[in-house]
Amino acid sequence: MNRRTTLLYAAMAAVLLSVALLQSWQLALTIVNLCLISAVMALGVNVQWGVAGMFNVGTMGSAAIGGLAVVLVSAPPVRAAWAAGGAGLLASAAILVLTAGVALAFWRWFGSRPLLRGGAVAAVLFSGFLLAQQWFLPATAAIEAVDAASAGYLGGLGLPVALSWLIGGVFAGLLAWPVGRLTAGLRSDYLAVATFGISEIVLAVVRNEEWLARGVKNVTGLPRPVPYESDLQSADGVQTLALWLGLPLRDLASILVKLAYTAWFLAVLGIIFWLLERLGRAPWGRMMRAIRDNEEAARAMGKDVARRHLQAFVLGSAIVGIGGAMLVTLDGQFTAGAYQPLRYTFLIWVMVIIGGAGNHRGAVYGAFLIWFVWVQAETAGLWLASAATALLAPGNPLRTKPGPASLRGDGAYPGLRDAFRAAWTHP
Amino acid sequence: MTDLLNGLIHLTSMLVLPGLAYGSQLAFGALGVTLIFGVLRFSNFAHAEGMSLGTAVCILLTLWLQGKGIALGPLPTALIGMCLAVPVMALVFIGTDRALYQHFRRINARPEVFMIVSAGVMLIMNGAIRLIVGPDGREFEDGERFIVTAGGFRAWSGLAEPLVLKTSQAMTIGLALAVGFALFLFLSRTRSGRSMRAYADNRNLALLSGVDPDRIVRLTWVLVAVLSVTGGVLFGLDKGYRPFVYQQLLLPMFAAAVVGGLGSPLGAIAGSMIVAFSELALTFAWKKALGYLLPAAWAPEGLMQFLSTDYKFAISFLILVVVLLVRPAGLFGKPVK
Repeated sequence: MNRRTTLLYAAMAAVLLSVALLQSWQLALTIVNLCLISAVMALGVNVQWGVAGMFNVGTMGSAAIGGLAVVLVSAPPVRAAWAAGGAGLLASAAILVLTAGVALAFWRWFGSRPLLRGGAVAAVLFSGFLLAQQWFLPATAAIEAVDAASAGYLGGLGLPVALSWLIGGVFAGLLAWPVGRLTAGLRSDYLAVATFGISEIVLAVVRNEEWLARGVKNVTGLPRPVPYESDLQSADGVQTLALWLGLPLRDLASILVKLAYTAWFLAVLGIIFWLLERLGRAPWGRMMRAIRDNEEAARAMGKDVARRHLQAFVLGSAIVGIGGAMLVTLDGQFTAGAYQPLRYTFLIWVMVIIGGAGNHRGAVYGAFLIWFVWVQAETAGLWLASAATALLAPGNPLRTKPGPASLRGDGAYPGLRDAFRAAWTHP
Repeated sequence: MTDLLNGLIHLTSMLVLPGLAYGSQLAFGALGVTLIFGVLRFSNFAHAEGMSLGTAVCILLTLWLQGKGIALGPLPTALIGMCLAVPVMALVFIGTDRALYQHFRRINARPEVFMIVSAGVMLIMNGAIRLIVGPDGREFEDGERFIVTAGGFRAWSGLAEPLVLKTSQAMTIGLALAVGFALFLFLSRTRSGRSMRAYADNRNLALLSGVDPDRIVRLTWVLVAVLSVTGGVLFGLDKGYRPFVYQQLLLPMFAAAVVGGLGSPLGAIAGSMIVAFSELALTFAWKKALGYLLPAAWAPEGLMQFLSTDYKFAISFLILVVVLLVRPAGLFGKPVK
C-alpha cells in the first residue's frame, strides 16, 4: 500500500469516527456495515469493468437474485403451502424440462432445414408452455391462498443464513452465464442491452411471483447470523460490560449486534479481496491484463478472449450476488419494491469509477466514500440549510417553507435530491 | 359466417389496431436509437427519458395553448404543442451533446464510456421531468377521442363484437407512415441525408470527402428530437401520460433496433412491428377469438393467454435472445463486432 492509499483510508476512518463521536456509534456502525456490503458489490463490478472491461447495466438483477437466495435458503419452510401446491408445481416444472429436452432434440434433428427447425421448436415450446400452465396456475393459486396474510409462499429450506450468501453468489453466477455466453464476441452494446433486460426480468419475477417470495408483500423476519438484541440485554456479561463502560444497556446491545454484523461482512470482504488480489497476481490475472492491454495481440498468442471475458463476467456477477444476499440479511427482510437501478446499478458504478477502475483497493475505497456521501447528504443538506438561514428572523418564510423544507423534499415542490433518489422507481 | 366476422372484428379491434399503434410508437423510438447508434456510435440509455421529457414539454405548451383558447377542432391541441416542442428538445439534445458527448467523441472514448454518460443523462432528465411536471400522470388529450365508437359500430353492423378506433391510434399510424416516408426521402434524396449516411458508413472517408462532422451531429440530434417528441406525445395521447412509464419502453426499443439490425432505419421499423405484435399476441387472451373462429367442439376452456401482461417487456427480451442466437446482425444489419 503506498502512502496516498494509506492516507485516504485513514481520512475515511477519521470521518467515520467523527460520525460516531458527533452523531452516534449506532449510526456510524450502520454506515460501516452498508459500506462493507457496497464494497463487496463494487469489487464484483470491478472484476467486470476494471479487469475485463465489460459494461454490465444489470448489477441490480444480480443483487436481487442474491437476496432471493436468502429467502429460498434460510426462511422457514411453509409445509402447508408445499402440501397445497408442491405437487402441481413440480409437475409443471417436469413438463417444462421435458419441453426443453424435446425442443433441443428437434433443434439437433432438423439442423439442415432452418425453417422447419424454427417452426418445430417454436411449436414444441408453445404447447409445452401452455400444458405446463394447466398445473402451474392452480398450484400457485393454492400456494398463495395458504395463510395469505403471513405466508402465501413456499418458504425456504430453513438452513443457516450465512450459507445463503454463497448460494446467492451461485445463483447470480448461474444467471450471468447465459447472458455472457449469448453476447460473447459481440459489441459491448449487446451485453449492455442484455444485462439491462435480464435485470428487469429478474425484478419482474421477484415482484409478481408471490408463491416464490411473496412478491411486493415482502418476506420479513429472516433469520440472522448474529444474536438478537433482547437476548444480549439479558446476558450477564453484557450487563457487566454496560456498567463498566457506563453505556445504557439497550445501546450497548444494539452496538454489539452491529459489531457482529461488521465482523461477518469484514470477513467476507476480506476473503473476496484476498482471492481477487491473488487471482490478479496469478497467470489468470496476467492474462486478463494482457487482454485488456491489447486484445488482438492476446488473441494472436492463442488466448480465448471471449471465454476469459465470460469467466470474469460470471465471477463479477457472483460477487455482486453475495453482496445482495448480505444486504437482505442485514435488513432482515426481502423487499422486492426496494430494488432500483439508481441505487443498485449506478451507485455501484460510481463507486468503482471514483475508486479507479481496475484497482481493488480503489473500488473498496470508492464504496466507502460514495456510500458515506450518499447517506450523509441529507444530514449535511439540512445542516447547511439551517446554517444558511440561521441569521434570518424566526418567522421568515425562507426559514420555514421553501428553504429547508423543500430541501427535505416535503416542501411545495419535490426537492431535487429526492427526485434523484426516487428516480427510476417503477410507477 | 357471423361468428367468423365477429372473430375477425374482435381481433382487429383488440389486437391488430392496438398492435399497429404500439408498433408505430415503438418505431419512432427505435428509429431514434438506431440513428444515434449509426451516426454517433453508442446505445443511448437516455432515449426513453428523452421521449418523456419531450412529452412533458409538449404538455406544458399544450396547456398554454389551451389557456389561449387555441384548439384544432376534432384533433388534439397537442399536435401544435408537439410542433413547438420539437425545437425545444432539439436545443436540449444539442446542448447535451455540446456539454458531454462532444468531449468524449474528441478523445475517442470507448463505446462503454458513452453508455455510462448516457445513463447519467438519463438520471438528470429524470430529475428534470420531476421538476417540470412532477411524478404524477396527466391527461392532455382533447378533441374527439374516438373515430369509431363501440356503440356506433354495433348499431351500424349489427354484430355482437364492437370495433373501436381511437383518434390517437389513427393519428399514430398516419403520422408514423408520413414521418417514416419523409425520413427515407431525407436519407436517400437530400445532400444532407446522404452525407449523414456516408458519415455513418465510414467516418474517415466521409471526413476526407469534406463532410462537416459537427453539422452531421447537429442534424442527427434534430432528427432524434423530431422522432422522440412525436413518438413520446403519441404514446402519451394513446396511453395517458405517466412520466416514468417511458422507462419501460427502453427495452422494447432496444430490442426492436437490434432485431432490425442496429443502425438500419428500415430494420428499426420492421423490428418494432415484430416486437409490438409478439408482445400483444403472447399476452393476449385468445379464448374469445378462438371461440368464434374454431368449431364449437374445439373451443378452449382456459384463457389461452401465454404470459401474464406483467411480463410484457420480457417478450422483447426473448425476441432479443432469439435474434442474438440465430442472427446477431439483425434482419437488415451488417455484423457488428
